[in-house]
Amino acid sequence: MTLLSTRGLTKSFGGLQAVTNVDLDLPKGEVRALIGPNGAGKTTLVSLICGRLAPSSGTVTFDDRAITDLPAHKRVQLGIAYTFQITSVFPRLSVRENVALAARRHIPKPDVPAAVDSALARVGLKNRIDEDAGNLSYGHQRLLEIAMGFVQQPRLLILDEPTQGLADHEIENFKALINDLRKVTTILLIEHNMSVVMELADRVTVLNFGELLAEGTPQQIHENAEVQAAYLGKG
Amino acid sequence: MNKTRRVIGLHLGLLALLFALQFVLPAYHHGNLARIMVLASYAIGYNILFGYTGLLSLGHALFFAAGMYGLSLTIQHAGFTAAPALLTGLIAGAAVSAALALLALRTAGVAFMIVTLMFAQAGYLTILYFAQYTRGDEGFVIQAAQRVLWGIDLSEPTNRYFAAFILFATCLLVSLALVRAPFGRTLIAIRENEERVRMLGYNTFAHKLAAMIISGTISASAGAAYGLLFGYAGASFASVQYSIFPLLWVLLGGAGTVLGPFVGTLFMFYLIDLSSGITTAYMLIAGVTLIVLTLFAPQGLVGELRRRVWRWLP
Repeated sequence: MTLLSTRGLTKSFGGLQAVTNVDLDLPKGEVRALIGPNGAGKTTLVSLICGRLAPSSGTVTFDDRAITDLPAHKRVQLGIAYTFQITSVFPRLSVRENVALAARRHIPKPDVPAAVDSALARVGLKNRIDEDAGNLSYGHQRLLEIAMGFVQQPRLLILDEPTQGLADHEIENFKALINDLRKVTTILLIEHNMSVVMELADRVTVLNFGELLAEGTPQQIHENAEVQAAYLGKG
Repeated sequence: MNKTRRVIGLHLGLLALLFALQFVLPAYHHGNLARIMVLASYAIGYNILFGYTGLLSLGHALFFAAGMYGLSLTIQHAGFTAAPALLTGLIAGAAVSAALALLALRTAGVAFMIVTLMFAQAGYLTILYFAQYTRGDEGFVIQAAQRVLWGIDLSEPTNRYFAAFILFATCLLVSLALVRAPFGRTLIAIRENEERVRMLGYNTFAHKLAAMIISGTISASAGAAYGLLFGYAGASFASVQYSIFPLLWVLLGGAGTVLGPFVGTLFMFYLIDLSSGITTAYMLIAGVTLIVLTLFAPQGLVGELRRRVWRWLP
């Protein structure tokens, strides 16, 4: 069953077409990687999906409901969680409060403290719970950002380059975390790290110059000559 | 919940001290403190929008004046007694802040400052224009006989102090409860990163609208109380100067701290009071002190205290 689909999704900034005519279907329960060279329009595409940007044309459907005209916060309330590419935790609030803010809109009030605890335990930040988020290392802030995403118990979790700047062992932990989360939610993952994509994704969508270039299993994408030319490099 | 106990203890302690001071203070300082408590209530209202929500308004005099004129005009021209007039002042403040919020919140940053400034100036000019009713710059006196609330004569200094104390205590406790509640936490998060809050599923516009109405209504309550307690309403309270004052008080005391508005108002009031006793160039002393504070305590007095000593201050 399709959870998310876009039809003819287009966004132009002035003369520049950042996203052109994208038709994307994301079945429930899938981990989908979205890859492409820098400037291919990946972040713009997910911004159109979660409502940070309004499309120039085209439609977005989530769980059989047209959401193209819904403001971002309503889409988030429907179960689309978005984690930012540039770390956007609240540096002057405690780690606990960061996650609690994310949780409050989505789960009943009495359950919030327990949900915060378990989300932080899952990313391994439980022992930093009372510190200001700004004191965390960059890698830990990325993990906090991810915890803020899944504490919302989203139906679709959009992760924008979650492993950027993480150390190798942190990336291993991240993979384990996603393998845990895939049992309960659908994930759309923008990712540059090909080992992460190959290991985690059920399917991969490739964007190039704002257009859909290819779509398939990681293996198919890896072997696709067009993709190799555009992005992976030869050899 | 050791922290909660400390926070509540500190704020109730300040209130107990202010309550007790009325019995020992000489008449001059007794009158000053009553005035400071009313002005600090104004600053508390300002702080909710500026300190906690991160919206810098240059037009809060409009709300202060809405409260003041909502009260005084109905007393003067409609023959209201103090209680319904006070209520009118509050309603006027809430209505004006809601209307301005709906327009001004369509902008952000510098544009928000300009829009609030312009509307406040329009309000000021409106008061001057209707001088027939408001007596413009000159203003008008509210007679002692009209300043009786539930049988209590508010022109009498002890009653006046007590009324100012009740207003201040209410505003302080409302502000404390607000910033500790989830709603207040969301406002702080909006101040830190509005886009992130929106992407957590919050309607940030609605939150900012509510913050501005709460802020404007508290400011209006201070304006109405000022008219009632000190018996005068004049256009100067709607001037740009009265929009700058609460900004200054809050900055000095510590933006985004519950006690900052009071400390800033107290400090500024006595800074001018004491320096004007020494020299006629008292604004020079005040100015230099302000510059020194801005350089060495950029987070304000209470903000600096929080940074260095009491990390738990709300």
